[in-house]
Amino acid sequence: MRYKKVILIISLTVLLRVKSNAQETVYPAPPQSSPVYLTNATIHVGNGQVVNNGTIAFADGKIIAVGNEITVPVTGTKIINCSGQHVYPGLIAASGNLGLAEVSSIKSTNDYAEIGQLSPAVRSLVAYNVDSKVINTLRSNGILLAHIVPQGRLIAGTSSVVQLDAWNNKDAVYKKDNAIHFYIPGLRMEAAEDGDEAGGGNMQRVMGAIRQARSFLAEARAYLKESNHAAINLNYEAVKGLFNHQQKLIVHCNGVKEMLMAIDLGKEQEIDIVIAGGTDSWMIADLIKQHNIPVILNAPHRLPVMQDDDIDQPYKTAWQLHRAGVLFCIGQEGSYQLRNIMFNAGTTAAYGLTKEEALAAITLNTAKILGIDSVTGTLEAGKDANVLVCAGDILDMRTSIILRAYIQGREIDLDDKHKQLNERYKRYYNLK
Amino acid sequence: MARLKLLIKITVLILMCQMSLAGIAQETFPVNGISNPKIACYAFTNATIVQDPARTIANGTLVIRNGRIISVGDKQTPIPKEAEVIDCSGKYIYASFLDLFSGYGTPAVKKAPQVFTNTPQFISNTKGAYGWNQAIKSEVNACDLFTINGADAKKIRDAGFGSVVIHQMDGIARGTGALVTPGSKRENELMIKEKAAAFYSFDKGSSTQTYPFSLMGSIALLRQTFLDARWYKTNPAGEGVNLSLKAWNAQQTLPQIFSAENKWDVLRADKTGDEFGVQYIIKADGNEYQRMAEMKATNASFILPVDFPLAMDLEDPADARYVSLADMKHWEMAPTQPAAFEKAGITFCFTPFGLKDVKDFIPNIRKAIQYGLSEQKALEALTTTPARIIGTNDLLGSLETGKIANLLITSGPLFEEQTIIYQNWIQGDKYAINEDALFDVRGSYNMVVNNAGNGINYTLQIGGSVKIPAVTVIHGNDTLPGKINVEGQTVSLTFPCKKGAKQQILLSGTGSIAGWNGVGRDTAGTSLYWTAKLIQPAQSLNTKQGDALRKISNVNAAIYYPFNGYGWENKPEQQTLLIKNTTVWTNEKEGRLQNRDVLIKNGKIAQVGKDLTAPGARIIDGTNKHLTAGIIDEHSHIAISGGVNEGSNTVTAEVRIEDVLNPDDINIYRQLSGGVTASHILPGSSNLIGGQSQLIKLRWGAGPEQLKFGNNDPFIKFALGENVKHSNRSERPGTRFPQTRMGVEQALIDVFTRAGEYAKKGNGVRKDLTLDALVEVLYKKRFITSHSYVQSEITMLMEVAERFGFRVNTFTHGMEGYKVAGQLKQHGAGVGTFSDRWAFKMEVVDGIPYNANILSKVGVITAINSDDAEMARRLNQEGAKMMKYGGMSEEEAVKLVTLNPAQLLHITNRVGSIKEGKDADLVLWSDHPLSIYAKAEKTMVDGIIYFDIECDRLLRKRISEERNRLIQKMIAEKKKGGPLQKAKATEEEVWSCEGLYGEEEQL
Repeated sequence: MRYKKVILIISLTVLLRVKSNAQETVYPAPPQSSPVYLTNATIHVGNGQVVNNGTIAFADGKIIAVGNEITVPVTGTKIINCSGQHVYPGLIAASGNLGLAEVSSIKSTNDYAEIGQLSPAVRSLVAYNVDSKVINTLRSNGILLAHIVPQGRLIAGTSSVVQLDAWNNKDAVYKKDNAIHFYIPGLRMEAAEDGDEAGGGNMQRVMGAIRQARSFLAEARAYLKESNHAAINLNYEAVKGLFNHQQKLIVHCNGVKEMLMAIDLGKEQEIDIVIAGGTDSWMIADLIKQHNIPVILNAPHRLPVMQDDDIDQPYKTAWQLHRAGVLFCIGQEGSYQLRNIMFNAGTTAAYGLTKEEALAAITLNTAKILGIDSVTGTLEAGKDANVLVCAGDILDMRTSIILRAYIQGREIDLDDKHKQLNERYKRYYNLK
Repeated sequence: MARLKLLIKITVLILMCQMSLAGIAQETFPVNGISNPKIACYAFTNATIVQDPARTIANGTLVIRNGRIISVGDKQTPIPKEAEVIDCSGKYIYASFLDLFSGYGTPAVKKAPQVFTNTPQFISNTKGAYGWNQAIKSEVNACDLFTINGADAKKIRDAGFGSVVIHQMDGIARGTGALVTPGSKRENELMIKEKAAAFYSFDKGSSTQTYPFSLMGSIALLRQTFLDARWYKTNPAGEGVNLSLKAWNAQQTLPQIFSAENKWDVLRADKTGDEFGVQYIIKADGNEYQRMAEMKATNASFILPVDFPLAMDLEDPADARYVSLADMKHWEMAPTQPAAFEKAGITFCFTPFGLKDVKDFIPNIRKAIQYGLSEQKALEALTTTPARIIGTNDLLGSLETGKIANLLITSGPLFEEQTIIYQNWIQGDKYAINEDALFDVRGSYNMVVNNAGNGINYTLQIGGSVKIPAVTVIHGNDTLPGKINVEGQTVSLTFPCKKGAKQQILLSGTGSIAGWNGVGRDTAGTSLYWTAKLIQPAQSLNTKQGDALRKISNVNAAIYYPFNGYGWENKPEQQTLLIKNTTVWTNEKEGRLQNRDVLIKNGKIAQVGKDLTAPGARIIDGTNKHLTAGIIDEHSHIAISGGVNEGSNTVTAEVRIEDVLNPDDINIYRQLSGGVTASHILPGSSNLIGGQSQLIKLRWGAGPEQLKFGNNDPFIKFALGENVKHSNRSERPGTRFPQTRMGVEQALIDVFTRAGEYAKKGNGVRKDLTLDALVEVLYKKRFITSHSYVQSEITMLMEVAERFGFRVNTFTHGMEGYKVAGQLKQHGAGVGTFSDRWAFKMEVVDGIPYNANILSKVGVITAINSDDAEMARRLNQEGAKMMKYGGMSEEEAVKLVTLNPAQLLHITNRVGSIKEGKDADLVLWSDHPLSIYAKAEKTMVDGIIYFDIECDRLLRKRISEERNRLIQKMIAEKKKGGPLQKAKATEEEVWSCEGLYGEEEQL
């Protein structure tokens, strides 16, 4: 019965909002003009706390209060009764190439992988397409911030965090140039089918590539100690933030050997390392914790690596990291796929984590790893009002229906291309 | 019987007369010089003659002349005067081995790379009046190609072979093989039989032609060639001369040998043979022991390789991580294969094929004996059996009068560890193998040195190695360091005159192993005479006997079904089950029932009710759990071997997934753990008509035939759009028609027009497997599931179907189905779609997650499917998404992955809902089946629980223990210094609709 109610609510919402628009008329929202109070809600703070029957208030884009005992002013405010509904922090996509790949099979729409092997100066933000048709389909599922990650070979470029309600690249910026990305080639030995000759050479090539990246960082480090240069090296300049800890080096790797190399690299160069991918991170979770390396874990909805692996291994890796005390969040590759991050998190809640811990893996933990936890990731006073109102449990498909969403206090339009096509053809078939 | 023997004797006599007339062969060849006729007659005496595996003559005599055995018997056997007598005291004589599967003396074959191209080669590049497909090389005869290769021949002889059937190892039909000997005379003399067998495989080899691109294509090509060859016998006017088919027909009377690459290929080859009345002799690969019941059922004779895998270096755990338990177990169990074949009563012989070094051949046969093979069967498999398999037991395989004089002279019983082969006599010519060992001088000798009439006695102790002997000379109580040099029959020996002296006594002599005599000088320079007589041969390699091979007793003989970490040691059985007090999602008009009991008997749902009892039933508590019908994945690519898509020609309706099912795929088990009980296995989508699909039930552990759903309507996969027109393959324009959606329509109309005309022609026409499948579509006996995305192509296919009077059954993907839902409903087509994929290519930019809802509301039967081994594990959640996107009811959402796909597949009479009488293909969930928190706790097919979350825990424990045990065992092997290979990662085949051979086309 509860779901029927949910459906009713969503239908009403759709009726109210959709004016047979084209996607182009899904306008970015103006700045928050008056305080908003969401009352009687189940508030999931993002740090594990849940406030039942609570109120959250935000003004001028910032959260001003969260709790049970909030006095709601009588005038000058927007008060929304969220009884029976759940309030969550805006979800953060920790990885992916949103806005860099529109239709991945068509080359001209792809801007996510530059050529070259050591090009940290390449920046994702400049190519990020705020008008990508994919973006609105994420917002309507509650993803309000996204980490835009360049791909490529070895040291591939610099990423930024954007908010998903923007007119242009400039106002999309949430955190500029927060991390450099290093892709370690896989070190799995060759398969039986490859024959004897193919293998050894490949391994050597991989090791050579990794050495190349290490010496690049060592050279950059030396270069940056001197401020006067006869010739500027843009790639060395681009990694400055690594050495003064303003940026992190996100190392994309999945096997144990590759992760060990990532950890070594951090120690050797005295830089902040994040492991991204980390499929086999469960095998060395204690070691990762010991070195305080955070992990952007790739999507749990994947197949185990090997046929002998526990069939639910990808589902429970998050819990194993959590148990070891590792700071981790849940990532996902691609663009359109990102609208399922909450279900990937939901699966980890079925396999060891609590629901609130799973939520943190797509909110607070992500914010910490991306270096934006001072302004977002939880529903706490002083942080940006990145807020979702959901019909029910956001982690479960049946009830994960976003009713309202606010980015920095601005109530954003939850319409998207898919809803519009749905409406268009419902009209055609005269469906309710 | 007596008369038969007499007949044989006469035949042999005649043969011998002919041979003696022939004398030295090749009279046609001119002689430069004075001719040198020889009497090639030898008598081997005092030998232990192992005539055949069942008969041994102690102290026997064997006589050969001009390449044939002329007599064999005990020591009374008369020896012709002209015979050179060879004393074989202490030695054994065996028939030389016969290898049926050799590439010796034929040109090296370069495999053509499998290239993923949009410019396919449609027709054979072979020049001449041959067939259309470059992989059918029936016209090739190894006898035409054979040239001696001295180095290779030596290796073959050294391994004990006296004859080999050679063929050019290239292509699917490889033509004929010739029986030759690995001798060093002229090719003319070495060829025993020009056409001894015909050879086949599934490997297209050097063929650069695109078709066949997949294993299923190879099988289809083989089947079509059988049909074409039969048809060619009628001399069809239009075909002209087709030398390939002509040769194919001519060689059908020969033994037919099929090279299989694994246990499933064995079954595939045998099944194809059965279809056309051919019993293949099968060259196995090495993992057949994993399915002995199926091997036995083929009734085939086998050629077994003995290239047992080496232990891997797994000391680095990061490497061990990528090696599967199945591969480790295979290392441990592969040497049990010959014993398993013996135990099963299957006829088999051995081949050294596959060995990197043929030197390992006999050691590996010995290994097989250690792992349980009997010595008699081993000898049969080397001699009599291969001779019988190719019908040459009149000439080869045993030591009998009249047979070719191919014999091995060994130091002792063949299979003892220390035994060495001295000589391999082939066609009556001696080839030395370890002749040095024949001149082993090691041992104790009495030496007498006569100096001016005074005889001084010494004892010689000759040790060291056969090639470099060392000597100590004992005189009284003194041990004197000597030096000895043996060159053939000459010997030189020096030693100090007494202990510590520098002055040497120098001796030189001649003789044999029995002793020497000769002359020398003493320290004073005085001449002297000496003799030495052997009193005790060394306990050396060649004389040590009686040590039978140590049998290995600690083989872990548990075979898993399938051969995978999660396989069964004991296959699960059907039980009477009573699930108590659970929530039953019936998918029937009763809807969802609370607190019900469900009784399962004989694999069927027997009863749904309250307070049911069933004596003897296993009770399963369903309290707070949910029972649904098993999930049916309408679009899956699991459990396929050798490529998901033939994908070469535009229309490959002839290829069949049923030919290439792979029951070992771990994804079967993984998907059972996600509640899937049946999967519709489809070919890929890179051509217009991809081929015939196969519906399976996920009976984990069953063989390929038992995986089949059984008695269901057959389907065929079509594809439309970008993949078919090669849009995303290359920037370069493609050359395969069609390249546009306009062309797609015409290609369809054309092929159905041809099929219609073909159907009308009736008997006498060339049977065409491609058109046969399409005729079935026209006659509504086979149903289409078509990969499709955009509305225009959906409409187009329906119109084409209507024009030819049939209906499209299913549009799979059908992402823009929502735009033409009314037309779909009117046409009667259903849709199997994704929940929320889109944006990965141009034709899916309008894909929306509301598709299933709109279609359902309009009245189109709609299913959600996976096309993905990962997503298939959580299809219940993909159904649940339809509650979010468009507000579908819970029960309808469950039906999207259960009842609706059953409807699309015409199997609702069997599965898809929980109703008395239906198959007990059921899932017991821990929670609401649409919840993200729900786990399948038990998944059953036909009332057999194939996945049980408790049992899964035990399997994990077993995997961990077994992995550990085997890693330790391999490390021990390394420490022992045994042969080792680098660790090799285990790879799995995971297919999706869009990929061929793992290369993602677009996703």
